[in-house]
Amino acid sequence: MSATPGIVAINTFREAVRDRVLYNLVFFALLMIGAAILVGQISIGIERLVIINLGLTAISIFGLVMAIFIGVGLVYKEMEKRTLYSLLAKPIRRWEFLVGKYAGLLLTLCVNTAFMTLGLAAALFYVGRPFVRSDASILAAVYFIVLELALVTALGLFFSCFSSPMLSTLFTLGIYITGVFSKDIRDVGELTNVSALKTLTRVVYYLVPNFHNFNAIAVVAHGDAIPFSLIWQNTVYAVLYAGVVLLAASAVFSGRNLK
Amino acid sequence: MSTPAIEILGLTKDYPVGFWRKRMVRSLDNLTFQVEEGEVFGFLGPNGAGKTTTMKLLMGLIYPTSGTARVRGRSIDDIQMHREIGYLPEQPYFYDYLTARELLDYYARFSDYSAAERRERVTRFLGRVGLADAGDVQLRKFSKGMLQRAGIAQAILHDPKVIFMDEPMSGLDPVGRREVRDIIHEMKQQGRTVFFSTHILSDAEMLCDRVAVLAGGKLQGVGAPNEIVSIEVHAMEILFEAHEGRPLPAGLASHATQIGGRTRVEVPESDLYQALHELRNCEARILSVSPVRPTLEDYFLRLIGREKANSHAVEVNSR
Amino acid sequence: MSSPSHVRAKWAAIAGAPLLFAAIAALQVRIDAQTRSEAQEEEEILLRSGSAVKKLSLGYDSLLANIYWTRVVQYYGARSGKDGATFDLLWPLLDITTTLDPKLVVAYRFGWIFLSETGAAGPDRTDLAVALLKRGIAANPDDWRLNCDLGFLYYWRVKDYPNSAAAYLEGSKKPGAALWLKMMAARVLEKGGSLETSTMLWSELYESTKEPSIRHRAVQMLRGLKTLQDELYLDDLAEQYQKRFQHYPASTRELRDAGLIGGIPVDPDGYPYVFGPDGKSRLNPRSTVVVPPDLTNQPAEPK
Repeated sequence: MSATPGIVAINTFREAVRDRVLYNLVFFALLMIGAAILVGQISIGIERLVIINLGLTAISIFGLVMAIFIGVGLVYKEMEKRTLYSLLAKPIRRWEFLVGKYAGLLLTLCVNTAFMTLGLAAALFYVGRPFVRSDASILAAVYFIVLELALVTALGLFFSCFSSPMLSTLFTLGIYITGVFSKDIRDVGELTNVSALKTLTRVVYYLVPNFHNFNAIAVVAHGDAIPFSLIWQNTVYAVLYAGVVLLAASAVFSGRNLK
Repeated sequence: MSTPAIEILGLTKDYPVGFWRKRMVRSLDNLTFQVEEGEVFGFLGPNGAGKTTTMKLLMGLIYPTSGTARVRGRSIDDIQMHREIGYLPEQPYFYDYLTARELLDYYARFSDYSAAERRERVTRFLGRVGLADAGDVQLRKFSKGMLQRAGIAQAILHDPKVIFMDEPMSGLDPVGRREVRDIIHEMKQQGRTVFFSTHILSDAEMLCDRVAVLAGGKLQGVGAPNEIVSIEVHAMEILFEAHEGRPLPAGLASHATQIGGRTRVEVPESDLYQALHELRNCEARILSVSPVRPTLEDYFLRLIGREKANSHAVEVNSR
Repeated sequence: MSSPSHVRAKWAAIAGAPLLFAAIAALQVRIDAQTRSEAQEEEEILLRSGSAVKKLSLGYDSLLANIYWTRVVQYYGARSGKDGATFDLLWPLLDITTTLDPKLVVAYRFGWIFLSETGAAGPDRTDLAVALLKRGIAANPDDWRLNCDLGFLYYWRVKDYPNSAAAYLEGSKKPGAALWLKMMAARVLEKGGSLETSTMLWSELYESTKEPSIRHRAVQMLRGLKTLQDELYLDDLAEQYQKRFQHYPASTRELRDAGLIGGIPVDPDGYPYVFGPDGKSRLNPRSTVVVPPDLTNQPAEPK
């Protein structure tokens, strides 16, 4: 494997890190986690629970916002501003560029998630409770969020290979929401007697990414452990799905005539 | 015989247009010519002739409808081809969050240099294009001319054998144009091949060993600049001050133009002595006599006119 | 003398902006005054279905449950103890909360108390309180504290001792259950609503929670129970006094002077008890101790 995607990835990371929008998002996420402390005080008995819930939700939502809004612009911006022209004249294959862009954004998201997780740990520490073994499962939930972001980023990148950021955002959000509801879609099909509909909803169920798999917030908020089997299954699921999407993105992008 | 630096073999590019993208418009039609190793080659044509399309096809940014091309014997599909070339896009734009130094360092990373080598090279080439003091300025603060210089630096940073430049002089002031000419000249001295497009003829006339002329997506001619020009009918221009009270003969007066206190008249080469004789008779003071070489602008204009009249490509002294 | 126009514009903005914001705020107050009643009506009908809210939460149901639980607390806190207050939204809010996160144990453990409070303190819906706890037990089968709460609810509010005993017994079988549950099951069945049993239950409740409001409640109950016990004892002594002197004692000092007690008994606030003309002991008027109304007609017969 050549070093090319790595070079592109590091530059993508540098681009993201120099974007002020990113800091605003992280700042708001940390603000939200801080606000959880206040919510805990006007409620009863959920001081710690609400910090974990709000913290993980903030990490997930702000991560999604970053993944989608940066992800759909990654390739499009380079095409639109023609920065890609001088780059692709270098010995870089198009798929290497794409994978590099993807890896760079993923690196950015991981670093941001790490910062927000530190914020969550600080908030938990502030409400004065020593860390216990079951808190390790919070890290597992964070890991699931990262897997989810890896999938969403791949989707955003795929759409941005052939459509405008606006449309790509809509497509990515659409697939995300469908993926969250995929179980309900299948259940609708199971309830009918129309076999065509039943088949259709089953196809949709297995075709769209099942984002439900990656939601462990409720489980870890109550201090329950996440089984190891779920961790590896989710990992393989995310890797396979993101791999397929990146493969498709490479195929589309490699065949494209740049404007 | 050595391998040509660039061989273009029947490159054709159609673009779909319209909402359903069903109608095709041909922007490049069966382009064929070659550029020899070590040549400075001008790719001439008016705006919209297909120059940038050809450049993008060669760089693999777009794909040909038919035909192919080779650079130093390698197909343009071969990624290794890109190790030996440099490319300056038309009106280049770069990552505005990077400084010029970071940009060049980023590009240099694709050429397997060590960190120390990259540092040395980046500094050297920033100086070469006159950006020594702007190396640590973010590109968002660069003027168009500075971007052009940064673009040239990245195109030659890795000592490419063949350098492609799309309109390298555009956006530059006279000093900048002079510097780019020097760089192209230096590349030639170093035995590199330079293939650049332009619609400004004086640049081509001053620099090029050979030129190709493109109009309406079709090759109009390939040859040395003077060959292209020499096929035109020559005329002579006479500049003189007429003597007061001595009217000009009707034959000359009909196509004379007044410039200040002077008169300018253009006559066919064969009529030169007759015209001079007539002017002596009326005691005109001759200021200068010079050959009128039609500029390539005239040439383009005529080509486009002919293109519209009958859409045939005209073979002009092609090799 | 005139400064450049951009400098003047800056000062105009610095001076003008606060004034304009003050005007905007004043206007908003007016608008709110007109629309307040509508907004309250809106709150009554918005999203009663827990499962609809769960779907709309896009997977963030756990956080939403926390928010709804906070709404429950705020809703109950704003109305409890106010005359004429209604608690119509209490059950829907608890329903949504526990549908969003069935494992939010705290919602069951406090929700039943809110639902079963009487008078101005709550809606007096023991039926819903029982339903809530049963739902909680079904969703959290390993949590013995919910069985404990159900036993307590049956004992204290419903006065259904067999069901109370059954709840304690079921809880005692769960892993990690406190040892006194088994004992309590037997005791509730045997002695029904006796003062000792009540005292013991409230003591255990006090011990088992760190929540200040519950502890406060338990202390109030225990003070009331202690007073009841004292009063029963003093009434008994007053009868003996009457047999000896043919009249009821006017104060506890007379009981002491008669040698029936060793000292002057005081209520949990430190005030001596007083006697009425009927010979029944009662609290000093200055005392803050509240005797729970539903314990004064003790003992209730087990059904």
